[in-house]
Amino acid sequence: MTGVRWLAVLPFLGILVGTAYVNQVEPLVFGLPLVLAWIVGWVVVGAAILAVIYVLDPANADPDAGREGDVR
Amino acid sequence: MNSALVIIALTAILALALGLAARRGVRMTLEQWTVGGRDFGAPLVFLLTAGEIYTTFTFLGGSGYAYGKGAPAYYILAYGTLAYILSYWLLPPIWRYARQERLVSQSHFFTRKYDSFWLGILVAVIGVVALVPYLVLQLKGLGIIVTVASYGSVSSTAAIWIGAATVTIYVMVSGMHGAAWNAVVKDALILAVVVFLGIYLPFHYYGGYSEMFRAIDAAKPGMLAFKPTGQSVLWFQSTVALTALGFYMWPHAFAALFTARHERTFRRNAMALPLYQLILVFVFFSGFAAILQVPGLTGGDIDLSLFKLSIQTFDPWFVGVIGAAGVLTALVPGSLIILSAATLIANDLVRPLSPNISENAVTLIARAVVPALALVAVFFTLQGGQTIVALLLMGYSFVTQLFPALICSLMARNPMTKQGAAAGIIAGAAVVVYVTLTPHGTFVSLFPFLPPKADDINIGFAALILNVVVSTVVSLATRPSAVPVASHSG
Repeated sequence: MTGVRWLAVLPFLGILVGTAYVNQVEPLVFGLPLVLAWIVGWVVVGAAILAVIYVLDPANADPDAGREGDVR
Repeated sequence: MNSALVIIALTAILALALGLAARRGVRMTLEQWTVGGRDFGAPLVFLLTAGEIYTTFTFLGGSGYAYGKGAPAYYILAYGTLAYILSYWLLPPIWRYARQERLVSQSHFFTRKYDSFWLGILVAVIGVVALVPYLVLQLKGLGIIVTVASYGSVSSTAAIWIGAATVTIYVMVSGMHGAAWNAVVKDALILAVVVFLGIYLPFHYYGGYSEMFRAIDAAKPGMLAFKPTGQSVLWFQSTVALTALGFYMWPHAFAALFTARHERTFRRNAMALPLYQLILVFVFFSGFAAILQVPGLTGGDIDLSLFKLSIQTFDPWFVGVIGAAGVLTALVPGSLIILSAATLIANDLVRPLSPNISENAVTLIARAVVPALALVAVFFTLQGGQTIVALLLMGYSFVTQLFPALICSLMARNPMTKQGAAAGIIAGAAVVVYVTLTPHGTFVSLFPFLPPKADDINIGFAALILNVVVSTVVSLATRPSAVPVASHSG
């Protein structure tokens, strides 16, 4: 988990840093201007990364793990 | 009255009825009214959080910004994703602390964390100040929808008054429960409408996306990518950073997260919300499609583009359906915003400042403040001029100033003192006020030693940097070891 967690840094690098290097219209990607397609791509990748982190995070494994405040 | 207006009016009435129905069987204490008894499961929290995204801001503001500015609109797609990734780790500790201390507001959170009465008051004031432009933009959206859908027979002034009255009644009868149930209806409708428009308009008018973007690029070169100066890549980067950090700093976003039953809810939602965000691409398509079809809208009028194009394209009844979706995107978030601001004023300003007040009186004040807030928002809405996106960015510039103090308070050993937190927030907010109210005020005019390029940085983000510098310096100077007497002030 600790290693996988660092994947979450990638969308920040992609969107905040990477955009500067793809700031152009052509070539169109799936009909979208390159810079827009780049951002859309990172939204999808970001969701995928979060899904991987969620599945591997032990805090989500036990169905009752999220309710530590409850008295049972 | 045409069929478009009939459909829009029926939708508003239906929303009121749903709000009333949701209230049945629930005794309306302040906790019920504001955080729904802290007992909503993942789907409702998802929708309330998403309700914050799919406001009239996205629907009209997003398409309008794509129409009027082009590439700068892309920031709206980018910041949510980063905010959700942050939320995976940020929200559970906030929720745990709030639950353990039975807090109902953001201001309580800061008061308790920093053990400072006045910091709580300051946070509440910042919250109210930031919520006003957010409320104004919802009313502006309602005004646009009703005016345009009535084909001009209802004036925009009348439309804004009607919208404000509807939001007020809605909040006063149902509180949070109404907002939650209408969020369900709203999201289903907006999803269908936006995806349809985003596919239909580009194909109908241009024959496809590539054709549309090539036509725009030929007619308006440079619009689809970031410009070298002004709203440049630097503007994009700083705006995305500002809005991603500020995303959960809104008092109503804070209030919405208190409604969750489990902390796991946030982690599951964090995974799904970025994909939900993709609907924005279709919003942009509608705005881009309008560029060459309804040219000539400028200034605050760019927000009309989606509706102008719809009227030119569809029959009145379908304009009514689009308008109905639009009314809900303004009504649901508008009611959450006004509810939050009213709770802030009653619970976080009036109650602490008059300690002997009864519980009933606080609840009563919270409700009584609702119409007053609506009036203030109507006043600013009628002043006009600003685009919807500019209004939201103004709100963000204020709320994001709370981020450094929040993140430090979650650390095991908080490096920030209450004086440091307050000084940073005040410095950041002061810069935003100065630049917003001064006709030619810019960040560089305040700090002339900076290069002119620094003015591309979003003002809210520039203020945030100053905020961090000030709070660091003041925190170092007011460390308990350095000034042992400081702990009982504030």
